[in-house]
Amino acid sequence: MNASVIIDSETLALREFHPFKANGVTYLYMVPSAGIFRMDGPSDAILETLSKSPKVKTELIDELLSQFDIDLLLETIDELIEIRAIGDIDAPKDLVPNDLPPAGFPLTTMVLNVTNKCNLACTYCYEYGEDKIVDTQYGDQPRFMAEETAKESVEFLLEECQGQDVAHITFFGGETLLNFPVLQDTVAYARRRAAEEGKRIEFSLTTNATLLRPEIIEWLADNQIGVTISIDGPKEVQDGLRVFHNGKGSYDVVEPKIKELLKRHKTRPIGARVTLTQKNMDVLRIFRHLTEEMGFWEVGLAPVTTQDQRDYAITSQGKDNMLEQFEILAQEWLECALNDKHHGFSNVKDTLEEIHKGVSKAYGCGAGLGLMGVATDGNVSLCHRFAGSPEHIIGSIKEGIDRDKQEEFLVDHHIASKTDCHTCWARPICSGGCYHEAHVQYGTSSHANLHYCTWVRSWTHTCLEIYGALAEKNPEFLNRFDA
Amino acid sequence: MKHIKAVNQKAARIEAWVAHEAEQTQPGDLDVVGLESRPPHEQNGPHFPLGCSLVFAPGWEADSAGGTAGLCQPVERDIFDCHLSCFWPAHVPDQLNHSPDWTSKCASAQKDWRKLDLIFP
Repeated sequence: MNASVIIDSETLALREFHPFKANGVTYLYMVPSAGIFRMDGPSDAILETLSKSPKVKTELIDELLSQFDIDLLLETIDELIEIRAIGDIDAPKDLVPNDLPPAGFPLTTMVLNVTNKCNLACTYCYEYGEDKIVDTQYGDQPRFMAEETAKESVEFLLEECQGQDVAHITFFGGETLLNFPVLQDTVAYARRRAAEEGKRIEFSLTTNATLLRPEIIEWLADNQIGVTISIDGPKEVQDGLRVFHNGKGSYDVVEPKIKELLKRHKTRPIGARVTLTQKNMDVLRIFRHLTEEMGFWEVGLAPVTTQDQRDYAITSQGKDNMLEQFEILAQEWLECALNDKHHGFSNVKDTLEEIHKGVSKAYGCGAGLGLMGVATDGNVSLCHRFAGSPEHIIGSIKEGIDRDKQEEFLVDHHIASKTDCHTCWARPICSGGCYHEAHVQYGTSSHANLHYCTWVRSWTHTCLEIYGALAEKNPEFLNRFDA
Repeated sequence: MKHIKAVNQKAARIEAWVAHEAEQTQPGDLDVVGLESRPPHEQNGPHFPLGCSLVFAPGWEADSAGGTAGLCQPVERDIFDCHLSCFWPAHVPDQLNHSPDWTSKCASAQKDWRKLDLIFP
């Protein structure tokens, strides 16, 4: 696109972007490129004039000539055309690109489901609860991943992460620590094999914390294993849905163990991962408890994945309530960031990082592409949430990735196939959302998560405003997201 | 860019791309020259533009000097000539049903041919 393509007699109109304000200044979030541009007086006036009605360039200039110099207007119009904020009214809309990722896209994160057995029986669990997609109880999969399978998985990752110096292994379950011996062996083996290949592997795991004991904590710290604790909040919240098989709450068991872990394990930041449901919606209290009283460095909160009829499914009023509280925490996060201080609300940080980079996604996440899940039997699925689901297998650690199945998946789940998303300004960052959420809600992983559209747009807008505020008042802070 | 400021990393890449494109592009590059330019081996001889040889409309393909400057009908008229007067189905939008207004901004093909836009289903 070049400004001189527009001839004076052509009619100019607004093109696709989402405006937001920060410190009184207008910013544009360009769609679909996800570039962010700061407007000034003349550009703001041009956009304002064109928002009322499209205008021929000469008319547009005539209307604004009393306020601005003609050269300034002409240059600004050219710049707005160059970034595609405005353009010929008849010019076709930018089509959603339909390119598949290049063949041989490297696998960088592998999630190993080292067991599908769990010592808790959380009501909402997507692996054991009412919405499970794999028969974890009576199915024919092994309950624990064998040491041999785990080692073959490491070989699979080293083979598939070609061209990358660093790869990641995340251990998952069931309850991950039920298979602690295999974790130990796998980490040692992967370290040795990666060194032989001139690569580095980083490790993390998710656990419910019930099985943490001093020697495990030592091992986690010594091996620099990133730890995410699944926990829902203070005692009355945690004991509501995160219960043992006999119905007893788990708070009293996990609380001292988590404090011990946080005291000893300083080599990697330790985060809490909260599942919000209609029954535990007090986001602020949960957040304060986990950061201030428990001592977590970061807390991430996500709404439960379930069907609407469950009594813990979040209602639409519940989503509004959740959003209001997220916004309060987001403002707190901003206050801290303006003073170069840490705030543990990781939902904001994650979104801001994507905004800063200008991520424009073709896929809701990296599942089936840069991230894959391995089930206990060694079958490779889109991600850990689909591990063991026959419908979602895209290979095995022995035979490698089935490239035909992977391509079929990539075509079906591409943003170009999600026509509902094509008119949404938040599509660069959302791209239809989580496949597992879609599978549970609509019965197919390729469906756009339409039940979250309003929520995602509101949340993205809030994060854009925070980004703008930082760009205005503490731009150096944004350099932290440069990596 | 002097007035609008690129803020995030993607915006910086867009700005760099725009600057690069501007450097690469000469003013004349953007016009459509397919019907006027000549292949290297015909630089001095008569030039016959693209056209239909089955229906010969005098003065349509080439003027008396072998060029296209003095045609009695504009070269742009081939859009209409083919689909109105020739048996060959030219690739124009269906103006009866789907795109009745396709030519509404094109009062004169010679002057307004740029306004004949593509049709997207």
